[in-house]
Amino acid sequence: MKSRRHPLRRSLLCAALAVAPLMALPVASHADTADKKIALSNNYAGNSWRQLMLASWQQTTDKAVKDGLIASADSFTTAENQATEQAAQIQNLILQGYDAIVINASSPTALNGAVKQACDAGIIVVSFDGTVSEPCAYRISMDFKQTGIEQMDYLAGRFPQGANVLEVRGLAGVSVDERIHSGITAGAQKHPNLRVVGEVNGNWSPTVAQKAVSGVLPSLPKVDAVVTQGGEGVGIAQAFVAAGRPLPAIIFGNREEELSWWKKQSDTQGYQSFSISSGPSISSLAFYVAQQLLDGKQMPHDLLSPAVTVTQQTLDASLKDLPKGGIVSETYSVDDVARLKPAASQ
Amino acid sequence: MNAPLNSVARAPVATRNNAARRARMLRAALPAVSLVVLLATIFIMQPRAMSYMGLNLMLNLAVPIALATIAQMLIISVNDLDLSMGSFISFVACVAVTLLDQHPFLGWLALAGCVGVYALLGALIHSRNLPSIVVTLGMSFIWVGGAILLLPSPGGTAPQWLQALVRIKPPLIPLAIIVCIVLGLAMHFFLMRSTVGVVLRGAGGNPLAIAKAGWSLLRIKVAMYAMAGGFGVLSGLFLVGLTTSADANVALRYTLLSIAGVILGGGEFVGGRVSPMGAVLGALTLVLAGSLLSFIRISPDWQIGAQGAILIFVLALRAAVNRLEVRPL
Repeated sequence: MKSRRHPLRRSLLCAALAVAPLMALPVASHADTADKKIALSNNYAGNSWRQLMLASWQQTTDKAVKDGLIASADSFTTAENQATEQAAQIQNLILQGYDAIVINASSPTALNGAVKQACDAGIIVVSFDGTVSEPCAYRISMDFKQTGIEQMDYLAGRFPQGANVLEVRGLAGVSVDERIHSGITAGAQKHPNLRVVGEVNGNWSPTVAQKAVSGVLPSLPKVDAVVTQGGEGVGIAQAFVAAGRPLPAIIFGNREEELSWWKKQSDTQGYQSFSISSGPSISSLAFYVAQQLLDGKQMPHDLLSPAVTVTQQTLDASLKDLPKGGIVSETYSVDDVARLKPAASQ
Repeated sequence: MNAPLNSVARAPVATRNNAARRARMLRAALPAVSLVVLLATIFIMQPRAMSYMGLNLMLNLAVPIALATIAQMLIISVNDLDLSMGSFISFVACVAVTLLDQHPFLGWLALAGCVGVYALLGALIHSRNLPSIVVTLGMSFIWVGGAILLLPSPGGTAPQWLQALVRIKPPLIPLAIIVCIVLGLAMHFFLMRSTVGVVLRGAGGNPLAIAKAGWSLLRIKVAMYAMAGGFGVLSGLFLVGLTTSADANVALRYTLLSIAGVILGGGEFVGGRVSPMGAVLGALTLVLAGSLLSFIRISPDWQIGAQGAILIFVLALRAAVNRLEVRPL
């Protein structure tokens, strides 16, 4: 764990040093939350995005505790990705007297009972990534539909004469998958010369995506581009290579292995693409939102977190400081909270 | 039970009986003892838990698990195993937030139909002599499929009366504890103390003897499965009252939790050897083990393993007590 965190810590330190002069003033107003406790309730830790999300939380909160911004910020992960277990966990956190609970939820609805209990106990609840629909909670999430539209916009610019597009979706029945898919569909309507010729479920995993794409490729015409939901790009590329098909423009999801592959292809054969995903440091953003709310700030209940994109121009810069197995992410500070845009209420 | 008797046959009858009785008492007491130890540790770690609100928060999600455990126990006591319990409860939850909320009559009809399906399953498994594991595994896919059809994306609203019902705050003792005590005692008197109970358990422990005595094994199995379905429905309703809405995967974990609860509570996979009180205590132990870990604040990397370690520790104690029963000190 230690060695993997190092680069992140370094970049964070750099960022901290850079904003240190700016931070000097607001510190006085932060003293109000010095004795408050924040907990993170997380439902799953089994992939690189979640690991980096937890690491980002740890980095940010360690520093916040040291600086006296907050008394403590512990993180809790449930043993299994189950709503009932996470609901029980939230009830335990209420009991432990936390002032705010930050949640990455296993279900948008099944935690509502526990979240309501927390609100009724005077606890501030902030959900991010996997958000909860209970109105008393705050929600920070990327505009997933918009990312779907942006992928199609990029392809429309790239293939003005039209293209055959393969859509690789995520996990069936999960709301994020549904929302990105609706964006892709909207994009296809906006750009009628982009034709979606196939649709498979890649479950956000390169190996599953590789199998699914390999299975569907023989039945497809020439595929010019592949839209994804992030993280499965290399598996899709391997499926095309194995089938002896020309490489399509695959939209990536900011993973280090995807960007490295993209870089290699672009250096050798001028391959061009685009990458978009949410950054795992959104957990730090959620922490700052919770801290600011505890400090008495008023905020809308639905907030949009920015999507992180990598283009052909920024590819080298994004790859430079990215550790092996990492995901492109931004380092957030408390000042970013003020820049968050409100989202349409769900 | 044959093996233990043979291996101690050389010991004098009186001491053998005493020792065996002591071991059996120890075994019956083990679920209660582990629960008390867990609770005491939690109270020391987090004194705030020792209050009405604390107990209510810690235990209210244990009630659906306790109900599921009782349902599973009924199946295990006829020497079967239900691998569809979790998906069945998820299905009930989905029925409760869709049909039951919008068309109460249709909703109740569907829930009654669920119990009917369980009764039919019992009949099918008995009359065709099918392995229950395979049949219920197949059923689990059907329940999940039905749940997704009813509720394609997470949501729905539990009926207001149901939400109000599970949030009742009786004076002095939280609802969760009252329900658990009533459930444990009622099932204990029904299954362990009544004549019918003896016959029902006998159908799992020694079906031949029960059949020879003139009882219909088919009717017994149908009755046990129907009751299990009934408790499954109660579990789903209670769960959805607490969560206020559902998704098709909401209770999938209950399959293994209910089996673990029965075994932690002193039941065995041999048919007939179950303990309703133990099953309820076992379900509570499972839930409190999770609470304890969150109160100790061990790192998230270890929380996942630690929960399993607690279960293995309690089961190891069980095994040790079982050995005492086989070879008394």
